[in-house]
Amino acid sequence: MSLVVDIRKSLGDFRLDVSFTAEDGVMGILGPSGCGKSMTLRCIAGVEKPDEGRIELDGVTLFDSARGINLRPQRRRVGYLFQNYALFPNMTVRQNILCGLRHEKDRAKREQLMSEYIELMQLGGLEGHYPSQLSGGQQQRVALARILVNRPRLLMLDEPFSALDSHLREKLLVEMKAILRRYGGVSLAVTHSRDEAYDLCSSIALMDSGRIHVHRPTKALFADPGTLIGAAMTGCKNFSRARKCGEYEVEALDWGIRLRAAKPVGGGVTHVGIRAHYFSPSCRQNLYPVTLLDTIEEPFEDIIRFRYAAQPEGTPDLWWRLPKQFRPQGAAESYALGTAAANVLLLSDTTDNDN
Amino acid sequence: MDWYPLINSLRIAAISSVIVFFAGIFAAYYVARLPRLIKGVLDVVLTLPLVLPPTVVGYFLLLVFGVQRPIGMWLDSVGIRFVMTWYGGVITASVVAFPLMYRTARGAFESFDDTLAYSGQTLGLSNSYIFWRIRMPYCRQGILAGTVLAFARALGEYGATSMLIGYTPGRTATISTSVYQYWRTGDDRSAMIWVLINLAISAVVLLTVNLLEKKQRGGAQR
Repeated sequence: MSLVVDIRKSLGDFRLDVSFTAEDGVMGILGPSGCGKSMTLRCIAGVEKPDEGRIELDGVTLFDSARGINLRPQRRRVGYLFQNYALFPNMTVRQNILCGLRHEKDRAKREQLMSEYIELMQLGGLEGHYPSQLSGGQQQRVALARILVNRPRLLMLDEPFSALDSHLREKLLVEMKAILRRYGGVSLAVTHSRDEAYDLCSSIALMDSGRIHVHRPTKALFADPGTLIGAAMTGCKNFSRARKCGEYEVEALDWGIRLRAAKPVGGGVTHVGIRAHYFSPSCRQNLYPVTLLDTIEEPFEDIIRFRYAAQPEGTPDLWWRLPKQFRPQGAAESYALGTAAANVLLLSDTTDNDN
Repeated sequence: MDWYPLINSLRIAAISSVIVFFAGIFAAYYVARLPRLIKGVLDVVLTLPLVLPPTVVGYFLLLVFGVQRPIGMWLDSVGIRFVMTWYGGVITASVVAFPLMYRTARGAFESFDDTLAYSGQTLGLSNSYIFWRIRMPYCRQGILAGTVLAFARALGEYGATSMLIGYTPGRTATISTSVYQYWRTGDDRSAMIWVLINLAISAVVLLTVNLLEKKQRGGAQR
């Protein structure tokens, strides 16, 4: 089971140029709104036509501009969960799900599948309700049931949790993971939330301005985003220009310090990054004196702004995020922060496309 | 009393409403999908009958269907004549009422959430199923409003009708042309009767629509 996408499309000033391969499992496409994520899904579903390129699903060509192939969306067998779920408002839950079952001609089989998915999606008793009478989570389950009874070859989720209250999100994230596991085939999940992407996806592609910059297994991507933009999109806040000064050592020019890294410094490294969570006064590695400036207080964490003692004028401050109970005591001037070599991100400013 | 104008008006309004219903929806649906330039031109052409004086519309229709004109002559030779016949009234009423249906339907279609159509397509539903079972019910308020407006306009059509089919008692007389004829010949009492009949029909139509609308909305929120 695999999905191969290689498409280009121009829309005014915006240029979409996307190519990737997805295998069984959940691939996330993470990027800010307006970066072309939804447009990519629409092209795959066939409701939008790319200018050129090729889309192939399980060896079936869905779109190929060179060969003049453009399958109708009805024939692509692609399940598409829209951001607003797109339930038909004039139909009941049952009628909505039946829309996904119209290919099944055998009445008894249809009824059996219907009750199977009503139960699976915990929709018992809601069959006669209209979408406007359902909660956000119920609407999502109806939409998923309607898609899954249709037995799609590919499942695409467009910002699956954005329409839900935040306190429902964790619960639905767990449900969604179970559903995706049961589905088993290729899934694409588009989101702008790195937390959702991290939890849901086995691999993540970072997308910005119509292009996919990097596509890697989730854990590997967060541990080593590789590029400056990749580090920023996975949530890294602290960056400095860098110069190689040893096999495992870089000089962080904006911070006035030398940092030891866990892996050899490649020739292309132009920047370093350190995530706000990865500073610690008790870490002996890369330990340097700092000046603490001020604190932003969150319910359970503090975010402290600081500068390295040797940091040149005019460079941006750094951020350190820590649980409240570890709040530093004593004088702010006499403080030192370290960070483990494994947490020093070696980054290049150029974009790369390795998968 | 001669009831012919009532029957004639009702059948003209009913038939032209059906014609305008489909033609207006068809035009509204497809014009929206055309390239911008063609869309702009077509939009003007299709809306013109709404803003032109009905006599001008009647004049144009006479240019087309007059028995001295090529199309009219050809139609006459195959036995169809729109001048001075009641079904000529269907033509005038349809042309004059069309823009009302076209514009309201277009407004309704523009408010439609396209992701509903997209999700229908990805579920394998045919485009015609999506149109009749999802798009139309979604837009039914606008479509219903357009149909009622078109029916009311067709029922009250006077200018173009009097030019194309004239006023012949028992053959082409409609309510509106009768009102004018009775008033012109000084028969105020008959004119008033037809005015009241027209008022009653319009009120019943509007009331029915309001009731239907309320019932449907109640059903959807049960």
